Amino acid sequence: MSVIAENLHWGVKRKTIVSGVSLTVAPGETLGLIGPNGSGKSSLLRLLAGLRTPVSGRVEINGQDIARVGRKALSRQIAFVQQSAATDTNVTVRDVVRLGRTPHRSALAGWSAADEAAVANALDLVDMVERRSQPWQTLSGGERQRVHIARALAQTPNVMFLDEPTNHLDIHHQIEILRIVRDLDLTSIVALHDLNLAAMFCDRIVVLEAGAVRACGTPDAVLTRDLCREVFRVAADVSGAPDTGRPHIRFRAE
Amino acid sequence: MTPLDDTEGGAFRLALILGLSLFLLAFAVAAATAIGDYNIGLGTVFLSITNELGLSGAEIAPIEQSVVWNLRLSRALVAALAGAGLAICGAILQALLRNALAEPFVLGVSAGASTGAVCVIVLGIGAGGLSLSLGAFAGAFAAFALVALLSNGATSGPNHTILAGVAASQLFNALTSYIVTTSGNAQQARDVMFWLLGSFGGVRWPDFQLLLLVVIVSLAICILMGRALDAFTFGDEDAASLGVPVARIRLVLFGVTALLTATIVSMVGAIGFVGLVVPHAARYVVGPLHLRLLPACAVIGAVFMVVADIVSRVIAAQQTVPIGVVTALVGVPFFAIILYRARPQS
Repeated sequence: MSVIAENLHWGVKRKTIVSGVSLTVAPGETLGLIGPNGSGKSSLLRLLAGLRTPVSGRVEINGQDIARVGRKALSRQIAFVQQSAATDTNVTVRDVVRLGRTPHRSALAGWSAADEAAVANALDLVDMVERRSQPWQTLSGGERQRVHIARALAQTPNVMFLDEPTNHLDIHHQIEILRIVRDLDLTSIVALHDLNLAAMFCDRIVVLEAGAVRACGTPDAVLTRDLCREVFRVAADVSGAPDTGRPHIRFRAE
Repeated sequence: MTPLDDTEGGAFRLALILGLSLFLLAFAVAAATAIGDYNIGLGTVFLSITNELGLSGAEIAPIEQSVVWNLRLSRALVAALAGAGLAICGAILQALLRNALAEPFVLGVSAGASTGAVCVIVLGIGAGGLSLSLGAFAGAFAAFALVALLSNGATSGPNHTILAGVAASQLFNALTSYIVTTSGNAQQARDVMFWLLGSFGGVRWPDFQLLLLVVIVSLAICILMGRALDAFTFGDEDAASLGVPVARIRLVLFGVTALLTATIVSMVGAIGFVGLVVPHAARYVVGPLHLRLLPACAVIGAVFMVVADIVSRVIAAQQTVPIGVVTALVGVPFFAIILYRARPQS
């Protein structure tokens, strides 16, 4: 499903955080959202997912203005994965994934075959079937993030938003999570910090700077030496790989 | 199988626990009616009740009939409802505030109620039992209104809301102390103290009818929102992304818990511990999902309170120990066992 944002503006009090962002995401595409701290990645992601209401501008998902879709109906189409959401409640993996069925169930409805199938499929996609009865508190950081993704998948969404899903994970688990996201058969929009990971796993990249889109395009078109210097304020060599279109960025210490 | 699985086994287990608890509750209420300064046999208790309900016409001494029906049964049933209500409020607030220490009085309701009660007892605003309840109720709602104002309609996040509750509690407790120390005499101070610790002494049938209505309506609303409460497991924003209307749920549930707590406190005082501990005990037995947790809290809280009331009447000869003292004395050892058994395995 396509996601189209038109001229989004948002801010807190007098401070503008997102200004004039327009973007288009094609069905099935994995879009990376990168930018320095405070550039408005998380805020833009929440505007796109309808968790915040823009001051002006609009977001269309599959041709529907999300401001006109109810919260519950919207949650059947889109899912949102926060960065390392935690809980003290004593829940199992399965309990957490079952929460993904919330928008599909009425207040007192029973557990349907469709619910069970969605949960089983979601657990399978993140390879957590065997550990479904394990308590949440005993999972490692990478496993927790996989369960969060499974919970989002149990919503059976067409579009998934992920806010820095690889935060606090070691490199193996970072790659593992992004591989899962890339291979999913749905449109995903991922906020990321690591430029190389963005280059490796995203079809297209949007670079935010001070709340506005600085650049947008394929990884090799966007991730240039000049962009690293001007937006991220680091010196770097960018070695191209013309056959893959996926550049590699080597940062310099000086 | 975990108790939380929505499998038939899980539902069976819940039904078993609820059935067992209801049976225990009936037995506890019967015992509470039989036991007292003047013990009455269980058979007489049963016949007295069926007599009053018009189901039998047994010959029973009018004094026993009156003690059973007018004093003890209404008292036991109010105790059951108060226990159920406080436990439900505790479970709701623990979920909404995402804090294991949350309990019905965390939003300042009991402090406000005590100020209201003190205004009646010490300052003599109004007179008689009804106005004591009304004063407590008004105070409770004043405190809740202050918390709602300070926390921006309870939309500012759990910790902010808890801090607003702390501020309101401190303010109203200070007001209570100020009024008692500047204008009270020793006897009044004792009355206030006794009231604050809770007592089922003065309750009668009209109290039961009012409380029954409030508890049933509150429980129904909470159960309808139970599934949405589950979605708060990972916080407000996560709940929103699962399609839950977060602001509306919070407002309605804070309102319901405030109303329920204020009603209970205005009738029987601020009985502590039940609302904190029973939800944890219930969670230990039926798991964290609210469609199971809330009914389980209601019955377990009811049984606990009725038993605590019996203990409060028999533990010291010729006098009634404040119920709040007993809930803690009975509850702490019980709670210690649960804490010990549920300790994190490392």
